[in-house]
Amino acid sequence: MFEQLMMAGSTIVVGVFGCVAYFFASNLILDRLLPARGPNAGANINRANAVRPWLFLAPAVILLGLYLVYPVFVSIWLSLHDSGGDRFVGLANYSWLFQDGKFRESMRNNLLWLLVVPAASTFFGLIAAALTDRIRWGNFAKSLIFMPMAISFIGASVIWKFIYDFRGEGQAQIGLLNAIVETLGGTPQTWLTLDIANNFFLMMVLIWIQTGFAMVILSAALRGIPEETIEAAILDGASPLQIFLKIKVPQIWGTIAVVWTTITILVLKVFDIVLAMTNGQWGTQVLANLMFDWMFRGNDSGRASTVALVIMLLVTPIMIWNIRNARKEMR
Amino acid sequence: MDNIAGTRSRLVWAVNLSVVALVVLWTIPTFGLLVSSVRNADQIASSGWWQALFPATQNLIVRAAPAESQSEEAGKFVLAGNALEGSSGTVSAFGASSREPTAFAPGDVADFGSGQTLSVAADGSYRIESPTRFEGRSPRIFVTARMPPSFTSSNYAKVIGAEGLGRAFLNTMTVTIPATVIPILIAAFAAYALAWMEFPGRALLIAAVVGLLVVPLQMALIPLLKLHNAIGIGKDYLGIWLAHTGFGLPMAIYLLRNYMVGLPREIIESARVDGATDFQIFLKIILPLSFPALASFAIFQFLWTWNDLLVATVFLGNTESQLVMTGVLRELLGSKGGEWEILAASAFLSILVPLIVFFAMQKYLVRGLLAGSVK
Repeated sequence: MFEQLMMAGSTIVVGVFGCVAYFFASNLILDRLLPARGPNAGANINRANAVRPWLFLAPAVILLGLYLVYPVFVSIWLSLHDSGGDRFVGLANYSWLFQDGKFRESMRNNLLWLLVVPAASTFFGLIAAALTDRIRWGNFAKSLIFMPMAISFIGASVIWKFIYDFRGEGQAQIGLLNAIVETLGGTPQTWLTLDIANNFFLMMVLIWIQTGFAMVILSAALRGIPEETIEAAILDGASPLQIFLKIKVPQIWGTIAVVWTTITILVLKVFDIVLAMTNGQWGTQVLANLMFDWMFRGNDSGRASTVALVIMLLVTPIMIWNIRNARKEMR
Repeated sequence: MDNIAGTRSRLVWAVNLSVVALVVLWTIPTFGLLVSSVRNADQIASSGWWQALFPATQNLIVRAAPAESQSEEAGKFVLAGNALEGSSGTVSAFGASSREPTAFAPGDVADFGSGQTLSVAADGSYRIESPTRFEGRSPRIFVTARMPPSFTSSNYAKVIGAEGLGRAFLNTMTVTIPATVIPILIAAFAAYALAWMEFPGRALLIAAVVGLLVVPLQMALIPLLKLHNAIGIGKDYLGIWLAHTGFGLPMAIYLLRNYMVGLPREIIESARVDGATDFQIFLKIILPLSFPALASFAIFQFLWTWNDLLVATVFLGNTESQLVMTGVLRELLGSKGGEWEILAASAFLSILVPLIVFFAMQKYLVRGLLAGSVK
C-alpha cells in the first residue's frame, strides 16, 4: 500500500519534471542549434520560430494521435475481422448487427434517450435558471441543484435504485417512489422491470445529473441578455412570462443549442447507469452497454468494435457542426 | 429592471415556492442515501429512511443472557436482562415463540413450556424463571417496541474495512492525482502554441482538437488495450494514467486555449520586444495568468477521473490493489443488491470527495463550464 502511494507520488514528480525537462531541454537545444546571433542570425530566428511551435505541441499531438485518432482506424480494421481479430470476415459483423435483436433494442432505446434526456435536462435547467435568478437565495439553490454533477454515474445509480426499490406484499415499502405510490392508494411496482417505462426511470438519473449543468450555462446566458431589450418589453407592458418566452429565450437559442448537443453526446456515451441499474435486461439495453457486453462478456473485438463505430457514426454530425462553429468564430 | 416586473408579491411567492420544490426534488435522493447509510440493516428493512427521524415500531428478536449468567432465587433459576439493550424504547408487546411474537402485553407472564416463564416490562427488562438449571443456548425473546431514532456509524466501519473501500480509496487516489496533473502541463504548452504562436496548420489543429472533444471513449478501448498489452504495460496504473491523459487532452487544450487567447496581446508583445523567448513568456507570464483556467480544468479532470468506471474497468484489473471505488460499488451492486446499509455507506463514501471538491471549488467549475460551452 505504502509502495503504491510512493509509486503514485513518484509518478507525479517524474511526470511533471519529465514534462518540464522535455520542454526546457528541447527549447535550449533549439536555441543552441540555431543561435539568434552571428552571421546567420536572421535566418536562424525564422527557422527556430518555425520549429518551436512543434516542440510545444509534440507531446500533446502524439498522445492525441495515439489515444484518439489511431483507435478509430484500428476499430474499423477490427470491425472487419472475427472475434479474435485474426480472420478477415468482410462485412459479416455489420450484417450480424442489423439482424441482432439486442442491437435494434439498443438503437430504439438510444433514440428514446436522445429524444428525452437532452430535452428534459435543458427544459428543467432553463426553468431552474430563470427562477433562481429572481430570488435572493438563488445561488444557494443553484449549487444544490448543480450538486448531482459531482456524483459518479454509478453512485447516482445506487441513489436512484434505492428510490425505485420494491418490497413484496406485507412489507413496508422502503423505496421512496413505491412509498409515495402506496400513500396515494396505488399498487407498488418493480419499476425497473416494467417494459418501455423502465427506460424512463433510467433516464431520470441522467436528467437529474445534467439539469444542473444546463442551469449553470443557461443562467449565464440569461444574464448576458442586453438590459435594454427587457426594459423595452416592460415599458410595452409585457408580463414576466411573455418577457421570458418572447424576449429572453429567443436571444439565447445559440446557448440552448450548445447545451442540447453537449448532453446529446453524453447520452450516446452513457453506459454506467444502464450497467448498474438493469445491465441491459428487461428491454433497457443501450449501445454503449452493448459494446461493453461484447467486449467483456462476449469477448468479441469484432462485434464490439462494430458497435463502437455505430456510436462514433452517431456522434459525427455533432462533431462536424462543432468544428464548423469553431471555425466561424476564429474568422 | 427585473424587479419592476416582479414586484407583485404573489409572483415572488410563487417563484420562491417553485425553487424550494426544485431544490427539494434535486437533493432528496442524495439525502435519503445519507440517512440510510447511518441506519442499521433492521431499521432500513423495516421502515423508510424518511421515518428515521421519528420513533419507530420495530420487531426485535433478542436472545436472552447466556446460561452462565443465571442466578438462583428461592429455588428457581433466573435469567434477567434488558431486551432493548439499554436504549430508551417502549415495549408494546412481546412473545415467547416466533409464531406468536406479539401475544403478550408488557407485564404479562408468558409460558415457555416445561415450567419456564417469561415476563417483559415496558422498559424492556425481562426475567425468565425456570424450575431447572438453564443449559445450552438461552431462549429467544420476541419484542415489539417503539424505538427512539438512533443512528450508527458501524456501516462505514464495515465497508471501509471488510468491503475493501478503504483500500479502494487509496487506489482511486493513485489513479486520480497523476491523471489530473500530467495532462494539465502537456495541454498548457500545446494551448499556448495554438493561441500565441504562428505556424502553418494551426487552424487545422484547432479544428482537430474541437473534433476530438466528442470522440466516444468506447471507440478507443479495445485498440488501446491491445496496444498496452503489446508494448508490455498491460493492466496497470501507468496504462490508466496515459489513457486518462489522452482522453482528457482535447478538453484541456480547448479550455486553456480559449482562455489564453483572451489574455491581453500587449503583455506578450512587450515581453517579446524585451527579448523574452517563447519558453520564458509561457513560464513567467502565461502560466501564472492562466491559473483560473488551469484550476477549472483540474477540477473537471479530477471529478471525471474520480467518477470514471469505464476506463478503470478496462485498463485496470479487479484485484484488491487495483480496484477503484466505482469498481467496488459496481461489484457490491451485484453481490449485495439488497443490503442497502452496505450500498448506501459505500456509495456515500465514494461520492464524498467529489462533493467536497465540488462545494469548495464550485466557482472554478462553473467558470470552466462556461468557457468550455458558451463559445
